[in-house]
Amino acid sequence: MREARPLRPPHLSLSLPSSACTPGWMGSGRPWHRGPQLCQGPAQSWGDWGGGGIAPVPLMLFPRPGEVSTTAAELYSKVRILCWVMTSPSNLETKARHVQATWARHCNVVLFMSSVQDDGFPAVGLDTKEGRDQLYWKTIRAFQYIHQHHLEQADWFLKADDDTFVVLDNLRWLLANHTPEEPVYFGKRFKPYAKQGYMSGGAGYVLSKEALRRFVEGFRTQVCSHTTSVEDLALGQCMEKMGVRAGDSRDAAGRETFHPFGPESHLTGKFSKSFWYWKYCYYPIVEGPQCCSDLAISFHYVNPELMYTLEFLTYHLRAYGYRYRYQPPLPENAARLLQRQGRPKAANATLLVQGTKKL
Amino acid sequence: MISESSSFVKGMVLGGLFCVFVTLIGHIKMGHGTKAQHHEHHHIQAPNKEDVSNLSEGERMELSHSIRVYCIILVKPKDLGNWAAVKETWSKHCDKAEFYSSESVKVFDSVVLNTNDVWMMVRNAYKLAYERYKDEYNWFFLAHPTTFAVIENLKYFLLKKDASQPFYIGHTVKSGELEYVDDDGGIVLSIESLKRLSKIFEDPDKCPEQGGLIWKLSEDKQLAVCLKYTGVFAENAEDSEGKDVFNTKSVGSLIKEAMANHPQQVVEGCCSDMAITFNGLAPNHMHVMMYGVYRLRAYGHNFKDALVFLPPAGSDND
Repeated sequence: MREARPLRPPHLSLSLPSSACTPGWMGSGRPWHRGPQLCQGPAQSWGDWGGGGIAPVPLMLFPRPGEVSTTAAELYSKVRILCWVMTSPSNLETKARHVQATWARHCNVVLFMSSVQDDGFPAVGLDTKEGRDQLYWKTIRAFQYIHQHHLEQADWFLKADDDTFVVLDNLRWLLANHTPEEPVYFGKRFKPYAKQGYMSGGAGYVLSKEALRRFVEGFRTQVCSHTTSVEDLALGQCMEKMGVRAGDSRDAAGRETFHPFGPESHLTGKFSKSFWYWKYCYYPIVEGPQCCSDLAISFHYVNPELMYTLEFLTYHLRAYGYRYRYQPPLPENAARLLQRQGRPKAANATLLVQGTKKL
Repeated sequence: MISESSSFVKGMVLGGLFCVFVTLIGHIKMGHGTKAQHHEHHHIQAPNKEDVSNLSEGERMELSHSIRVYCIILVKPKDLGNWAAVKETWSKHCDKAEFYSSESVKVFDSVVLNTNDVWMMVRNAYKLAYERYKDEYNWFFLAHPTTFAVIENLKYFLLKKDASQPFYIGHTVKSGELEYVDDDGGIVLSIESLKRLSKIFEDPDKCPEQGGLIWKLSEDKQLAVCLKYTGVFAENAEDSEGKDVFNTKSVGSLIKEAMANHPQQVVEGCCSDMAITFNGLAPNHMHVMMYGVYRLRAYGHNFKDALVFLPPAGSDND
């Protein structure tokens, strides 16, 4: 019987037993509800260190008291996501550390990509310089590194900045309806400069395994090259050349899930009509509460304090007993993945517009 | 020698008796006119899991409807931005919410109190609320427009608490001998407490309109003094882990403190998952909280709750 320990530490453990399925304990000594895959993942082989430090396998977070379903845990094992975070030596302690302490814990694998290797953090050294003009170089090298050392560890590959906040469980919800063999990538879709559009770098974007293969292949065959340092546009152009589809990441009610700004801006801001944003968005912009899906996947320009605040609002604070308005049906592919009864595609998202009459 | 020690003993005995006498007098004065329990520990907890399991859907609905919360929000014209935000956000989840303003304001309806003095506003608001709604609501929640409240979590907290008992709940502070609820975190009174309060308002010695003896007490301290005379004592509300559920600061402030004080466990150590209030929010932040509490969530985490609350009609930000 494990001794009671204080609040679960977010840090990652480097030494893993081959199958650690011990339950965690709350500070008060009461056990959390147990479920099937609520334990550390299988031990990874540390042999392939490649060029630099690699992040240990993150612990699957235990469910909260009173939580009854294991859907999130099932999706964790069936939709494996490798997250890589674009950072730099000077940002490791001021920004990347807070990503590491919050949403990165929900990734199946997480790698912090910097120009210089840092074994203590740990961060991979991409052997580039730093600066905005290096962003695409870093991106290319990062994906090549991942393709070489981590391809089999995940099905999907997410890129985020160290000021992006991501809700991995909602990303799994989106991706559950697709397969890693599809040549597709998702993010906040922008329209200029590329026929099928491209994905905003700051809002984060995710490539299927096939998309990653094609990206790396594109550079190997020189179909793709370092055309510009504007990382997101350049990647989008390469994707287009390699036949990778720019996906539609909006929810079943047509609301955006990847966000290039913070929640306050999207929910309350009124963008001036001359602001570039209006011309860039692939889908019509909605201001106010309908800007953003309940199952939002990302926000950008998130400072450390907001990082923890969003983690608290997403994973901790809730309204007890509240029946959410947005109750999306389980799409066909996702149902198959989870071996559940799905509803036919025709069923639209049910938005509870008529609430109960006030007493 | 013997006579000296006997004087000494007599002195000690007399002194002791005198001490006991004075203490007794003190107690009698305090407890005058009440038989109420003096809550021993002044902390009050949210329900346990055992209290809430195994109810049918019908029972859940019935239970949810039985807890009826009336919200009083005290406002002044300078609070217009926050007033609007509260109106558009959390107050929609009260069974009924009314704004009690110091003076009439063109843009919004309110119950006009015609006074700028906060203690008078508190008195009059409670008086009016009791007169009008004593038969319709069993819990009364008072807040400032800088407060964000999650009424569903308040109702969960009040589950199994008998409103015919004198409850006076919130984030408590001790000031000398007086324990009072800090109104920055919101104040909850049961109908019984409100009833007793209404009575003591009529006693100008125990509960004067002009505040404290030598200097003016803040309105929340004054409220505690009046309630104490009726045998109602403040209780600090906590969740099952001992964390406060009424907060006098915003999430952001509490997170900042956690980052400084326990950086290894910021989110887990900051605040209660079942928090009822936060304070010090600007209007924009209320909209973000609304989204964060009633909409934003991580897919795949489901809960078996004892209560059921449906979204209110005519609203799209929750």
